[in-house]
Amino acid sequence: MSSVATLPASTASVRIRISKDDILLRTGLVLLIGLLLLAVVFPLYTLLSKSFEDRDGEFVGLQNFREYFETPALFTSITNSLGVAISVALIVLVLAFVYAYALTRTKMPFRGLFRGIALIPILAPSLLAAISLIYWFGNQGVLKSWLFGASIYGPIGVIMASCFWVFPHALMILITALSTADARLYEAAEALRTPKWRVFWTVTLPGAKYGILSTGFIVFTLVITDFGVPKVIGGRFNVLATDVYKQVVGQQNFEMGAVVSLVLLLPALVAFIADRWVQRKQVAMLSARAVPFQPKSDPLRDRLLFVFCSIIAFIFIAMLAMAAYASFVTFWPYNLSLTLNNYDFDLMDGGGWEAYYNSIRLAIYCAVFGSGLIFLGSYLVEKARGVTWLRTILHLGAMLPLAVPGLVLGIAYIFFFNHPDNPLGFLYGTMGILVICTIVHFYTVSHLTCLTALKQLDPEFEAVSLSLKTPVWRTFRKVSLPVCLPSLLDVASYLFLNAMTTVSAVVFLYSPETMLASVAVLNMDDAGDIAPAAAMALMIVYTSAIFRMFHSLLVRTLNRRTQVWRQK
Amino acid sequence: MSESKQTYLSIENLTKHFGEFVAVRELSLEIYDGEFICFLGPSGCGKTTLLRAIAGLDPQSSGSITQAGKNISNLPPAERDFGIVFQSYALFPNLTVFQNIAYGLENQRLPKAEIRKRVTDLLELVGMPEQTAKYPAQLSGGEQQRVALSRALATSPGLLLLDEPLSALDARVRAALRQEIRALHDRLGVTTILVTHDQEEALSMADRIVVMNHGRIEQVGTPEEIYSTPASPFVADFIGVMNFMYGEISSSGTVRIGNNSIECETVNIPEGRKVRLTVRPEDILCRADSASDQSVSANSFSVKVESLEFLGSFCRLILSGPEGFGKLKADLSTQQVHDLKVIPDVTLTAEFPSRNLRIFPESS
Amino acid sequence: MKKFINNISQLSRGILGLAVGLMLAIPASAETLTVYTAVEAEDLKRYAAAFNEDHPDIKIRWVRDSTGIVTAKLLAEKNNPRADIIWGLAATSLMLLQSEGMLQPYAPKGLGKLDSKFRDSANPPSWTGMDAWIAAVCVNTVEAKRYNLPTPTSWMDLTDPVYKGHLVMPNPNSSGTGFLDVSSWLQIFGERGGWQFMDNLHKNIAWYTHSGSKPCKQAARGETPIGISFAFRGAKSKAAGAPLEIVLPKEGVGWDMEATAIMKGTKKLSAAQTLADWSITKKANILYNKGYAVVAYPGVAKPVKYFPAGIQEAMIDNDFEFAAVNRRRILKEWQKRYDAKSEAK
Ligand SMILES: Nc1ncnc2c1ncn2[C@@H]1O[C@H](COP(=O)(O)OP(=O)(O)O)[C@@H](O)[C@H]1O
Ligand SMILES: [Mg+2]
Repeated sequence: MSSVATLPASTASVRIRISKDDILLRTGLVLLIGLLLLAVVFPLYTLLSKSFEDRDGEFVGLQNFREYFETPALFTSITNSLGVAISVALIVLVLAFVYAYALTRTKMPFRGLFRGIALIPILAPSLLAAISLIYWFGNQGVLKSWLFGASIYGPIGVIMASCFWVFPHALMILITALSTADARLYEAAEALRTPKWRVFWTVTLPGAKYGILSTGFIVFTLVITDFGVPKVIGGRFNVLATDVYKQVVGQQNFEMGAVVSLVLLLPALVAFIADRWVQRKQVAMLSARAVPFQPKSDPLRDRLLFVFCSIIAFIFIAMLAMAAYASFVTFWPYNLSLTLNNYDFDLMDGGGWEAYYNSIRLAIYCAVFGSGLIFLGSYLVEKARGVTWLRTILHLGAMLPLAVPGLVLGIAYIFFFNHPDNPLGFLYGTMGILVICTIVHFYTVSHLTCLTALKQLDPEFEAVSLSLKTPVWRTFRKVSLPVCLPSLLDVASYLFLNAMTTVSAVVFLYSPETMLASVAVLNMDDAGDIAPAAAMALMIVYTSAIFRMFHSLLVRTLNRRTQVWRQK
Repeated sequence: MSESKQTYLSIENLTKHFGEFVAVRELSLEIYDGEFICFLGPSGCGKTTLLRAIAGLDPQSSGSITQAGKNISNLPPAERDFGIVFQSYALFPNLTVFQNIAYGLENQRLPKAEIRKRVTDLLELVGMPEQTAKYPAQLSGGEQQRVALSRALATSPGLLLLDEPLSALDARVRAALRQEIRALHDRLGVTTILVTHDQEEALSMADRIVVMNHGRIEQVGTPEEIYSTPASPFVADFIGVMNFMYGEISSSGTVRIGNNSIECETVNIPEGRKVRLTVRPEDILCRADSASDQSVSANSFSVKVESLEFLGSFCRLILSGPEGFGKLKADLSTQQVHDLKVIPDVTLTAEFPSRNLRIFPESS
Repeated sequence: MKKFINNISQLSRGILGLAVGLMLAIPASAETLTVYTAVEAEDLKRYAAAFNEDHPDIKIRWVRDSTGIVTAKLLAEKNNPRADIIWGLAATSLMLLQSEGMLQPYAPKGLGKLDSKFRDSANPPSWTGMDAWIAAVCVNTVEAKRYNLPTPTSWMDLTDPVYKGHLVMPNPNSSGTGFLDVSSWLQIFGERGGWQFMDNLHKNIAWYTHSGSKPCKQAARGETPIGISFAFRGAKSKAAGAPLEIVLPKEGVGWDMEATAIMKGTKKLSAAQTLADWSITKKANILYNKGYAVVAYPGVAKPVKYFPAGIQEAMIDNDFEFAAVNRRRILKEWQKRYDAKSEAK
């Protein structure tokens, strides 16, 4: 047996010499943390400090807040914002839940088609719904009489349009929530002869509980921070988000803008924390892996749900179709002959065709650089050895953007990048700042997607590579990247689509040379050119749709190339 | 092997803690050149932790490691000399068998032909030639583990680390692979550390076994030594099947259990000390019960058969002994069971030969 | 697979190069002037093209927005100005900038030929006028008939409850047209009477728009029967086929000048002066006349199609001094009274 020799025992903790790989990974970590500091933390800090300053940059304490909270209009804005956000959350929850239930738990025909139709709004800027509603229910609307004298300009229009554009976001979460059912629970219930409605209340609903809560929070945040819809169709109906827009864009009153956006950050932050909490619960629940649920057919139920889904799908198509039709009409409602004049963007306010090309450029840059950067970041968070605290910091930094509404981010960027002493000021007004802002805005979801993909890799790949004396970057290039490529393409596609349609952050940052299509829609509507606005919104839809097709084609090709090793 | 006992790897005072929790405690160990050594112990006892410290993957908190005369305590894993195989195989799913095995070789900038030759040789060695173009997902578990082994051996490391390499396989494949791995080792002579919680695996494969418990070494020895002369009750219990009886030293050479005395070597344990007495089931000798017998030989007692369990080549009897002995297990060959007409409730005479009894003082 | 990865890495290298190129390609030429303007977008191309016929070496980079926004933007950038010259912004706004000391006085060549109303009276002037744009009410005749609305003839008519919910006007905080309306009402009806009038008008307003042309465009589409906007917009929409009647209320209509001014501290002074010189030429004024009935260069103005007759007589005797000096106070007061839109009764 080995004897315990009385060596000069090195009781001091052992420090492993840092290898080249570690240096590489740690440098990467530090660089990315630095980038996130510059692109998220510093701007937000500047925003915060700006809200305590007056126009000349003097510190005035809570003066701005006091002034803001004394504005008589404020209270109405808060109630309006909360009212709309809660109503939309409730309506969308019910509709999207039934829709998702039909897609995941029944044998209803055409489920794939219905799913595709419900995802249409993701391809369009949120303004499209508002524009379309004006053509349907506006004062010259085809179906104006259906509102019984009520005006579409106001809460009704805002709620309807918001429901349309947030629907797919809610649907996707609920589909996930409902797809993870445990068949054994249903079999047990059936064996006990539980009536169907009771099974629904005691098994189905509780099972999707966290998905439902999460959806509620996300819809709430999306709606309360969106100003595109209320701006186009809100009429005299003020909400917090349009207040910010008016303060900053309308009056260039940045200090007040900072104050309102901080107020807006609050509900978003609460929703974010609540959602994280819910997510954690959900993970715990899912880990008890179970037998997947196989839906059975039930003619009556399936037929009822088919009717329901058809109605929703019809409404979605009607929204899109009306905007498409109106974009070709010469002069609504007096001259309904068709024309391409509305697509002659160069004659309108809003940057012309150049805006459209800029949007495509932005989308490509975001897809390429964004997915690369985000994948790298998640790789470092997941795979760097040691330095847990650095990895945690990077991960937290990557989670932060989810809590920051686009418009708050946009305003924070104005303050930070337009500051005369900022050496990065050269970015202001360039395509660069739009790319950075958009990537940051959609960072978190992409980060989580990459992280999930990376977590599915065997954690010992890196240990094996080390034992084979292979540098990390080689394993990254030869294994991690190729295996995660499908997820990476998903992220690229997600970034592309969002860059095409986003308005909320970039509207504060574009310059004449970097006008974007989505902003052009807003500005054209602002100038009263609603038909060209519809036309531009449709150009975005067409482009996004073509891109989606291209993406699924690419994924299919790729799967064919790689299916060999995925196949058992 | 015992002739050239040259130390290849030596671990001194190694401690590893995760926060407050100490996973490996002041552990010292010498591993000889070319030997096949097993770290054996229950799950969570720190085997993997020790292995990863040796590899440098999760460095120790304190203590030092010397490999081939060189202190490697502070070296990053890439600068150490080892190959490693995990329970999960950790094969790269998107690379073929060939690419997986060549992975480490390509990095050494060897000529293509040489790499090809080496990979083919290795595959032949593990008995899977002509499978080079397949992807891991197309292989069975056993085949995957063979590929993983080839990959670890491809770069001819001085030390092979195997962390539960057979646990994910079914019993039959496992048994076959045990032999193969051992044969491979004997052929290549590479110093090998195998981590396992399966005593059978350790007993059948190892030159020496390191039995671990709670981050400490309980005993180091050949399978034979570990089995027949366990150094602690823990080892005695963990390896094989063991009967425990509780009593106290009544005088030198005698232990009192209940009302009975039993003779055995008491190795200078003072009188009155509480002790644990151990005996293997196969070491209990059973005979037909007869009054005369008990006077003839010492350490013989009348026991009653409670139940018996047929285990193929032998039967395991559950006996209730005299007061204080508790329930005992005794193994009899099927032939003996037949001869003695053993059925439940039959009374037998059981002898506990002194040379097969081991005694452990209870910590007070 | 390997080839595929190679292709991807080549592609990304290409895109990287492209992107860096693009990001660095911020126009840095000394020949590029950053011009802030509130002129209608569809006119900007013509203006730039005509100017470049004479000065091909000077490129124009337009920054266009509504009057209120351009003004606010210029004020916000006071310490870090980004504009070289302003071409086509309300004179009241320029007077405000002048009082902030932000303008570079300059007498463009040929200044003497301008109508003396169309220039800053100081010498050298801080700004020179281009044209006048004049408030008007756009009435959609089809919609008015549908809702039985009488055609208004005066501002006071618009406070009649029959118009409730049928009026749209621009928000003076963002729109120059909105501001000239408000300042003209304060001049026509006096300070107290003016606010009184607006209080009543507010009850009839369906919503306030961000831009000055939107009310007329909405009236043109029948989205609202009546839009308070400006005459030029009305004429254009009518020309496009909208059933519009352009009404000039009988109390008189407010108006403002579009004018040109050089920013103090511009690094491209000589190019800016070249543009200022060109902006008051006869050629430029002929251009302005395409959309504006009244221009600074005497004898150029030709009638614009569908422009309401008698507009010269309807223009009030505008006190620009009053409007400029009180601009901030008026806007703040307006915001306090009417911006809480949803308290509509
Ligand atoms: N990264 C870690 N953090 C905290 N505790 C750990 C960590 N890794 C292992 N442990 C703990 O150390 C003990 C020994 O683990 P391990 O060496 O994996 O055991 P085994 O002998 O089964 O291989 C276990 O109790 C385990 O929970
Ligand atoms: Mg282990």
